[in-house]
Amino acid sequence: MNPAYQSVFLTLKLAGVVTVCLLLLGTPLAWWLARTRSRLKPVVGALVALPLVLPPTVLGFYLLLLLGPNGWGGQFTQWLGIGRLPFTFAGLVVASVLCSMPFVVQPIQNAFEAIGTRPLEVAATLGAGPWDRFVSVSLPLAAPGFMSAIVLGFAHTMGEFGLVLMVGGNIPGATRVLSVDIYDQVETLNYARAHWLSAGMVLFSFVVLFLLHRFKARPVVNP
Amino acid sequence: MKLLRLSCLLLVLSGMLGAAHAEEFKLAVAANFAATVERLAAAFKQESGHQAVISTGATGKFYTQIVNGAPFDILLSADAHTPLKLEEGGLGVKGSRFTYAVGKLALWSAKPGLVDDKGEVLRKGEFQHLAIANPATAPYGAAAVEALKALGLYDTLLPKLVQGESIAQAHQFVASGNAELGFVALSQVFKDGAPVGGSLWRVSDKLYGEIRQDAVLLEVGKDNAAARAFLAYLKSDKATALIKSFGYER
Repeated sequence: MNPAYQSVFLTLKLAGVVTVCLLLLGTPLAWWLARTRSRLKPVVGALVALPLVLPPTVLGFYLLLLLGPNGWGGQFTQWLGIGRLPFTFAGLVVASVLCSMPFVVQPIQNAFEAIGTRPLEVAATLGAGPWDRFVSVSLPLAAPGFMSAIVLGFAHTMGEFGLVLMVGGNIPGATRVLSVDIYDQVETLNYARAHWLSAGMVLFSFVVLFLLHRFKARPVVNP
Repeated sequence: MKLLRLSCLLLVLSGMLGAAHAEEFKLAVAANFAATVERLAAAFKQESGHQAVISTGATGKFYTQIVNGAPFDILLSADAHTPLKLEEGGLGVKGSRFTYAVGKLALWSAKPGLVDDKGEVLRKGEFQHLAIANPATAPYGAAAVEALKALGLYDTLLPKLVQGESIAQAHQFVASGNAELGFVALSQVFKDGAPVGGSLWRVSDKLYGEIRQDAVLLEVGKDNAAARAFLAYLKSDKATALIKSFGYER
């Protein structure tokens, strides 16, 4: 592949994989957070929100220690026979999933909470089982929340820098994502290329967020 | 006795005068020299009363900051060409450049016994990751690539290379054990005249070009007496001995 686009495609691939993983993991988590009365709720809620306030380099540094040969995470992945995660694409996925978690879980949780219990109770009296209630009632009603979650999760993963710098190792084609590439270009004074990549990223981010805001501004029409 | 008293008095007076004239100066220093410069600044303060305000970072970043008006009095660069560029651009004081340290490259592992004292471990290749600093931005990274090429191992080991953004990050990759070994600055794994642990090979000087680290007085600090005094102090025998104890040459 043309090395000029290598980092762009790698970044899109990373953001895509991470968003899918986060939807699979985040939806049940958001559902639980929205419905539970457990005393654990504030603990889990705080853990999910942690990446919002922590500098990504702190997160990256701890992941490096955790997933290294002396960390239990690294020992676990070695025991599984998949080797160690730092410096691999899989490692970036794991790190980005943690880092982008609040951007996906929180909008979905808010959407679930906004539905309230009433529609679900009505569905139950009409004879809908738990799974049916979730798929036919909750999911469609929470669709705008999912939309926000997908956009924010994808965009945030694309723009993440500190974390991928820490656990990535800057390997072309494997872990050198767009933000790191831009950083390198600036450091080596290749301002022209840095401008192209950065301007592309600014434009992309703007368009995505613009669409999200337009979508949100419209009244949600239930089918 | 009288003479002794008089000299005591003079000493106290001169100390007071020194304190009265104590000034601050702002020092931008390449990350690899950070630990060393802290010791130098402390010793310099005891001698002169002048206080260094130290910023550590990557030389390239400092260059961009200085060009854009950062208020540093002195730059202790990780290379020789950044101070030259600053001088040519009118941002460094003409004739103030000199080499304060010559950096040495080391192959280091946090594991004792992994790196032998001839670097044969590179040929055996029984490791997954070899950390280096980014050769495009860090002089130690460029030197590491040079050494690997001189050994004829660059192409074979290329798939195993992981790059830190700076020499500090390359060190972090190795220290945390994620990379079994890596090329770092000798100064990072060498304190007070001895290696700090793990295992290490002092890469032969013949395998890479000299890593000359130059200092330059910046235009901002032209009239700062403390900054000028510190640069003079850097050239002293005392400072040289300290710099060498951190694994540099002169």
